[in-house]
This record gives sequence, structure tokens and C-alpha cells, in this order.
Amino acid sequence: MDRRHCPPLVLASFTATSDIGIGNAATLASLRSKHCGLRPCDFDDVEVPTWIGAVDAAETQPLPPQWRRYDCRNNRLAELALRQDGLLERVRAAADRYGPRRVGVFLGTSTSGILETERAYRRREPADGRLPADFDYRGTHNAFSTVDYLRRRCGLEGPAATVCAACASSAKAFAVARRMIDAGIVDAALVGGVDSLCLTTLYGFHSLQLLAPAACRPFDAARDGLSIGEAAAFALLERAPSSLDSDAVLLLGTGESSDAHHMSTPHPDGLGARIAIERALGDARLDAGAIDYVNLHGTGTPSNDRAESRAVRATCGSAVPCSSTKGATGHTLGAAGALEAVLSSLCLGAGLLPAGLGTVQVDAALGVNYLTDNRTAPLRRVLSNSFGFGGANCCLVLGTAG
Amino acid sequence: MSLGAYVDGIGVFGPGLPDWGTAAQVLRGAGAYSPTPTELPAPSILPVAERRRTGRVVRLALAVAVEAVRGAELDPAQLPSVFASSGGDGANCHEICSALAESAREMSPTRFTNSVHNLVAGYWSIAVGAMRPSQTLCAYDASFAAGLLEALVGVATEREPTLLVAYDAPYPHPLHAARPLAAEFGVALVLAPRRGVRSLARIEATIATGEAPALDDARLEALRRGVPAARSLPLLAALASLAGEEPRVTSVEYLDAAALRVEVRACA
Repeated sequence: MDRRHCPPLVLASFTATSDIGIGNAATLASLRSKHCGLRPCDFDDVEVPTWIGAVDAAETQPLPPQWRRYDCRNNRLAELALRQDGLLERVRAAADRYGPRRVGVFLGTSTSGILETERAYRRREPADGRLPADFDYRGTHNAFSTVDYLRRRCGLEGPAATVCAACASSAKAFAVARRMIDAGIVDAALVGGVDSLCLTTLYGFHSLQLLAPAACRPFDAARDGLSIGEAAAFALLERAPSSLDSDAVLLLGTGESSDAHHMSTPHPDGLGARIAIERALGDARLDAGAIDYVNLHGTGTPSNDRAESRAVRATCGSAVPCSSTKGATGHTLGAAGALEAVLSSLCLGAGLLPAGLGTVQVDAALGVNYLTDNRTAPLRRVLSNSFGFGGANCCLVLGTAG
Repeated sequence: MSLGAYVDGIGVFGPGLPDWGTAAQVLRGAGAYSPTPTELPAPSILPVAERRRTGRVVRLALAVAVEAVRGAELDPAQLPSVFASSGGDGANCHEICSALAESAREMSPTRFTNSVHNLVAGYWSIAVGAMRPSQTLCAYDASFAAGLLEALVGVATEREPTLLVAYDAPYPHPLHAARPLAAEFGVALVLAPRRGVRSLARIEATIATGEAPALDDARLEALRRGVPAARSLPLLAALASLAGEEPRVTSVEYLDAAALRVEVRACA
């Protein structure tokens, strides 16, 4: 028996909040004006020579008082994003239409609200090392915290899980939700990713010597590492109805694989990435030639970009226009897959092939058609790549209905 | 809406439960349960360089995965996988948070690499050379049911055998007080779309409401209540107690008031 073909799903609503904008209008305006949201790291009292993509409004966004136990930067960022572009209303309307048990929640994150634990460890009881009494592990730190919060916030009772695949997490959330809808377990799903700044990732990537000292420059010949950002991005996925507006955005295919190579370094030839791209194209029933633009994972580390360029060349050739929006947003880790799916959706609607910001001299050795300037052109099919620690790979094919 | 699969292999590890054979006896009531400290097997499937970098939670998960795949007599490199855990490597998390609370903030690259929730999926894929899709899910106390649902959905949509591994290990002090887990526990199932020579049982799962049944043995029930991965024990007990053609019906705890109701039939 072969794998069942899954019909396309529609992104009935979507929104993104990152350092380049709170909500879709501001985000698209930033893409159009080539605005980079990165700045020298001033997060907390962190002393790491790098730049960050921060969402300052996340720090002050209140949660409704009845959900106080979930209060942390990660859930404030989720709440801020949920309030944009009518998403909360659309999700609640889906719960009314399908029934709350028929709407799932699948989100990706890498560090959830671990910042609360990091801070609690600085406030340990001197006598016995206890954590402060106000520390709420379940509400903040646990990887399920944001899914738990959003289920309650939106009144959803369907299947739910946090998808944890490091920097491929929220791309995989789309794949998990797609299978759940395909299998008939849910009729719709709130999918996305939320990841926020914390000490673990800033000091952690610093320890691996993977942070750029200034704003990252993906695919540049002189690229020297990544910049960490934070973001929340969501989509409401449903089965595509028989008639759709021509500018409706569809999830056409998902492809996943594992590198089986190394915990923190990609396969040098991008073999796992290549398999994921091929599976995504196969799932979408598209030839590589149908792809108009590739939103690269493009972190800006020498080895990541090299491996990805090989995978893209091997699958889509060297002519397809591509760029990494991480030059504007930084690497938003577990939120990156969802953020870039939403950015790709905005670009599909606007007919915009976005420039890769920060990149001055494209690395000719990578052999891809990397965009350093915005281009306006009809756009129908986009491939979005996400790869993570543990060798997790996930690629999405998005397209317009028309 | 029900989701079905054949169970082709089972792996278990917990206090006093070194493998599925022992666990099945205990769960059948054929042997007394004694939650004694039990030695984890060495992660011999890992390359030496990786073995040095792994903590107990990785060894726990790999041990049950190996046992289930051996039972199913399948090539692990060919299996898509689903991993489910409430908390990843808690000891590693404690070390990182401790280091970050010091003024020097010295982070070990290996500790950071191991901080990802999908570390077991990464080590497993490297150990067996599996380039197949792999999920790692967390749903707090409902993580086992979330993993089982995802694996059954995978079997239904991809129509190929899938490895499910659920595991949890306690946090050390002081996180243990904020998230007390009673013990280390791991469970693995190889689930297949078609009946094969190694098929032990057929399971059919539906999402339902209501509480999962308490286990008769108070110490097993304490284990079930005390570790998210051990929420699998009612299903394991049903798998251990199959006789004749009569199906057994049980359920495992899911989110809030939900449960996965599972009908289990022997493959005689």
C-alpha cells in the first residue's frame, strides 16, 4: 500500500509577529522596505557579542487574569500574536463551526518558557537551594505550556501537542496537523510556533561559536554565524473548500526526514534536507520546476548554508530565486518554520520575492540564485525549508489557489 | 473515528521492570511487583563518541526502542518514529540553569546540544542510521497518549510500520519539587498497518471522555500516576493479559477529561 495522497489544506487565517512587525500589515511593509529588525544584544543582562531580533512589546503584553499561571515571555509573545489579524476570532469561529473537540492545536517551540526557570535559579533559597514559591513549571517552562494556554484561551478541546524538533519544530507542526486532518481526527487546527529570547540559546549558540558578531549575513561569502530572534506565528488550517478566492494560500505539501548524521551539524551534502525537499514536492505532486521561490532555512553559519545550497541545487537547480528572511528576523529557532511559512504566505499574496537582508557578496561557491534585492513577480508556489538540531528536517510547499 | 494498528514489538523499562517479558508477567498478576532499582542497559547501539555525551534519559529511551524493534524483527533504519516525553533531559536542564545562574555563565556546547527536547530522536537516528521522518511530542502528563495518537495517525496515513517511544525521567533537585516525577519509565511499541508473523495484537483507539482505569496493584498505580510515560500501563496490562478471542477494552489518560479508549485483540 502506498502513502495516501493528502488533499491541500487552506490557511484560513494566518499572522506573524517578529522583530520586523506585529501582525501582517507591519510585517509585509517591513519586507517591502527591506527593514532589518536586528540590533546589538541588549536582552536581560546577557553579555554576548551578538545581535538579536527582539519583540519588545512581548515583555509588557498582559495575559487575561484568569490565565495568570501561564504568564511568561513566551506566552506573552503568543498572546500578542494571537490578537493580530483577527486570528483569535477566526479560531473561536472554527470551534463554533466544527465543535471545540474537532479543532486541534499543534505548535512548535524549542525553549518554551525556560527563561522563567533560568530566572528562578537565580532566586534559589540560599539555605536549601529551593526554587521560589511563585515559580510555575507547568504554566511556563514545560514545552506544552503555550499549547495548553492557547487551548484554554481559544476554548479548544481537540487533540493537541507541542512539536519539539529544535529549529524544525513549527514547520513540523504543519505536517503533524495535516496528517491529523487527513486522518479525520480533527477538522481544523491552530498551528504555528512560538519561541522567545532566553539565556540558554544565547549562551548556548555562543558556546558552539555559531553566533555572528553583528547582524547575520546568510549565504554571504563572509557569513560568520547566526543572529537569534524571537517570534510567534500562527495559521488556522482547514480542508480547502471546493471554491476558493484565487489569492487564498494553500498548504500543498510537507516533507520530513532525519539526517542521522550529527546532533548539531548538518549532513555536509545536505542529504537529509534533500530528502525532505523531495518528499515535500512529491506530497504536493509538483515538479521542482513549479517552485517560484525558495524561502531558505539560511541561518548564516558557514556549514548550514553550504549543506542547504547543495540540497537546493540537487532538487530545484541553481536558477530558482531564493533568499533567507533570517537576515531581517534573525533565527527564531522553534518559531522559524511557522514564521517563514507566514512570511511566504504574505509574499504569495503580494507577489513579492523578498531580498535576503544583510548579505552583500553572495557566496558564488554556493551556486544558487540568492536575491539581495526585492523582486516583484507573480508568485504561485513557494518552498520553505526548516532544519534543526538532532538532524530534524521539514520542508513545506505553499501556493495560491488560483 | 477509530485508528487501528497491529502491535509487532514491545519494549518496557521501569523500576523492577527491566524488560517487556518481566513487565508482562507482573501486569498479568503472575508475579509480584517490586519496584526495586533496576540497572539500565548500556547504550551499545550508539557510536562511542555519542555514548559519552548521553545521559540516563537517552539510555532509557534507546533501551526500550531496541527491545521493541528486536521483537518486531524489523530494520530500525527503515522505521519512521514518534518520541513522546514530558520533559526531555531534566538532569541536563538542571546543569544548564545552574551554570546560567552563576556569574561566569559557562555553557558546555554538549549540554546545549543535549538541551533540545528531540535529543533522543537525534541519537536514535544516528545510532540506527534512520533517515525516516521522526516526531518528538510533548503534552505534559498526556504525552504518552499524544504520542500514541500521532503514531496511529502515521500508520493510517503513511501505511507503514512506525516506532513509538515514550520516556520520562525525574528532574534532580530543585526542579524535582516543581515537577515531581516518581521514577524513570520508558515504553516502546512497533505499530504496523498490516498483520505480520510478529504481530502480537490488534489495537483500535478512539478519543473518548472519562478517566483511565486505576491499576489493581497500588504500587503499579502509583507508577502510572507518577510518570507520564507510565500512563501507558493500562494498555500494557491489556496487551499482557490477552487470552482467546475476547477483546479487552482499556483506556489511557489524554488531555483534561479526554482519554484514548483502546480495544485490544490477540493475534492468535
